[in-house]
Amino acid sequence: MFLKQIALVGAVSALMASTAYAGCGLTSGSVRILSNDFPALHAVAAGAEACAGDGVEVTKNQTTEHKDLQVAALTSNPAQYTTAVVANSSIVPLMNDGLIRPLDDLVAKHGQGLQKSQLVTIDGKVMAIAFMANAQHLWVRDDILAKAGVSAPTTYEEVLSASQAIRDAGIMEYPFAMNTKSGWNLGEEFVNMYMGTGAEMFVPGTAQVAINNDHGVAALNMLKSLMEYSNPDFLTFDSNATQALWEGGELAIANMWGSRGGAVLDDEGSTEEVTSNTRLIAAPTWGNGSVPASTLWWDGFTISKNISDEDAEATFVAMMNGISTEMVQANNDKAVWLIDGYVPGRAAEGIAATATAGAAPYPMLPFMGALHTALGNELSDFLQGKESAEQALADVEAAYNAAAKEQGFLK
Amino acid sequence: MKHRTFLWFILPSLSAMVLFIALPIVSVFVQSLFVAHDQVLVVTENCGPFGCKQTTTVDQEATRALKEAAPLGKFNGFETYTNRGHLALAEVSQAWRSATGIGDFVSQVLNLPFYRAVAFTLSYTFVVTPFVILLGLAVALGVNSLPRAIKGPTIFVSLLPMIVTPLIGSLILFWMIDSRGLIGATLQIVFDDPDLSLKASPTLTWITLFVYGVWHSAPFSFIVFYAGLQTVPQDTLEAAMIDGATRWQRLRYVVVPYMTPLVTFITLMQLMDNFRVFEPIVGFSAQASATSLSYIIYNDLRGGDSQLFGSAAATSMLTILGVAVLLLPVLIRTWREFNRKPV
Repeated sequence: MFLKQIALVGAVSALMASTAYAGCGLTSGSVRILSNDFPALHAVAAGAEACAGDGVEVTKNQTTEHKDLQVAALTSNPAQYTTAVVANSSIVPLMNDGLIRPLDDLVAKHGQGLQKSQLVTIDGKVMAIAFMANAQHLWVRDDILAKAGVSAPTTYEEVLSASQAIRDAGIMEYPFAMNTKSGWNLGEEFVNMYMGTGAEMFVPGTAQVAINNDHGVAALNMLKSLMEYSNPDFLTFDSNATQALWEGGELAIANMWGSRGGAVLDDEGSTEEVTSNTRLIAAPTWGNGSVPASTLWWDGFTISKNISDEDAEATFVAMMNGISTEMVQANNDKAVWLIDGYVPGRAAEGIAATATAGAAPYPMLPFMGALHTALGNELSDFLQGKESAEQALADVEAAYNAAAKEQGFLK
Repeated sequence: MKHRTFLWFILPSLSAMVLFIALPIVSVFVQSLFVAHDQVLVVTENCGPFGCKQTTTVDQEATRALKEAAPLGKFNGFETYTNRGHLALAEVSQAWRSATGIGDFVSQVLNLPFYRAVAFTLSYTFVVTPFVILLGLAVALGVNSLPRAIKGPTIFVSLLPMIVTPLIGSLILFWMIDSRGLIGATLQIVFDDPDLSLKASPTLTWITLFVYGVWHSAPFSFIVFYAGLQTVPQDTLEAAMIDGATRWQRLRYVVVPYMTPLVTFITLMQLMDNFRVFEPIVGFSAQASATSLSYIIYNDLRGGDSQLFGSAAATSMLTILGVAVLLLPVLIRTWREFNRKPV
């Protein structure tokens, strides 16, 4: 469904006029881009930079520290950057402080090539233009699964039994891994697992956290069971570590980001044996749930509020040029693009399958960041066997309450 | 010196100290008394690439009015200091009431983030500091007795651990102690344990961080001691030799007493430095097993999508307080010695 939608969109829009024309039709304005630092965003920024010249100035700051810069940089007047490229978690601080402007008029004027699904609307107003998608999902090595006589798992219970089978066959002692580094990564794994229960993380309409329950305990116990099959160093595993393990052929099943697909499946850093047998499949369900235990993420651009309307328009046009069909055609395998003209490849299969199976987007709530941080800090004790699941969840709740009070979300 | 002249003499450095040390600390203290405004929440419909959903958002108009009325935030007094993220008074007294024994009480308290960080910070400070002094002195004595030709290169190599940026040094070692790395794999062979991993167990992680701390700081005490060794009076040493003192006795009764002021200096610097331990925790990805006060500040400012300035400021003030308490005995001792000396 998801894949078909993207393909259909591509076919239709190939006929439509593209926004990428020389000079982008701009005569003046300043475009200042703040974004994260990875190849897909380099391609987008390069597209925007093509609009420079004839009185239009385009500068960029692409850094992994962008999240820590954005609030201060957009608070100043005029803002340091005219656009901040965000994901569904990092847009929240900008929304909370009212630092980005509604884009409805700009979309009406310059956004003809956009799909409705690309428009991120909050309370009826378009606040961001999404252009790529990401999610964590299963990666499997078909050759090892075949050797152990198991099929590709669709549930975490099957991941456990498949890992045991691989261990019993003497192929690998620790066939499984996920990004469980203490901190943001570990928090994200719990959020994914909890999402698989279909339960809400907060009492609806309030900032009251609602994870200290049977669903939370079950999610933690599942994480711990999985860690039996993961290398004992698992609390230090981030995406770079798991990617290295995968490329080194030391894993048979893993839960990793789809955005790593391009880098793993290319002909660098790994062997033919690993890359040809790697398959990216949907995130598993668990505990008889029907929702995949994963969260869907988008990346998109926003426009600062504290800039002139002229700069805002120039920025919008330049960014539209950055996410043009031509850019996608030239950089097809760098991301799962939400843009017209994208042809989904092998690396996109996992994300597409996860979205099709009905995974929920990462909660775009003002206080989600506080809970995520609390989860990342408080859960490692449980996974190290130093405390019970109930105690770990009580700790998370207490840490969240303290942080949410300080941020003004709880009284 | 006349008081007036003295005042003019120190005025430049005094004003620099007020401007760059005192005022920032006052500003951090003021910040620690405030928290963010109450956020006005509303439920709205949000749509994106993956569909629409009713979710909670901040009512910006209503919140902005609150913000403009008091830009610094909501006055919170010392409540940030006493909340669970810091001194956790309520949780500690609750633990005291419910604990079944002193061991249970300690483990409940060490479950709180601030006390857990204090435990590691103090352990690190009190383990690393003495080892740095001893190792530094040993290396200095060794280098001092080397032939002149190889002294220079040896000093250069001995200083390398300090020259390497702490974060880079710890990152390099982090990969070396990996079970597939040079040190990690060697340890597995030496101890004949294929599952041995320095990253997995909290105890081994602590030991790794301690060893790293000694490795990184020993060159500092080495170079100070080495400089000191050059000024040890040769007459006294020769007199001791004529009296038949052994090498050990000369070291114990001549060199070490002569070095005591340097020991005080290094202790002071190392206590301060080690109390602020931070980079190795990030470099070794050790936050699951070891956190320090500086790491908590970092985590408040960089851990999530938004910053907890009040929390970070409160922890900073508590860190300054901790350094002051730690240095007090050394400072009192120095003051007494200063007064004892005839002017």
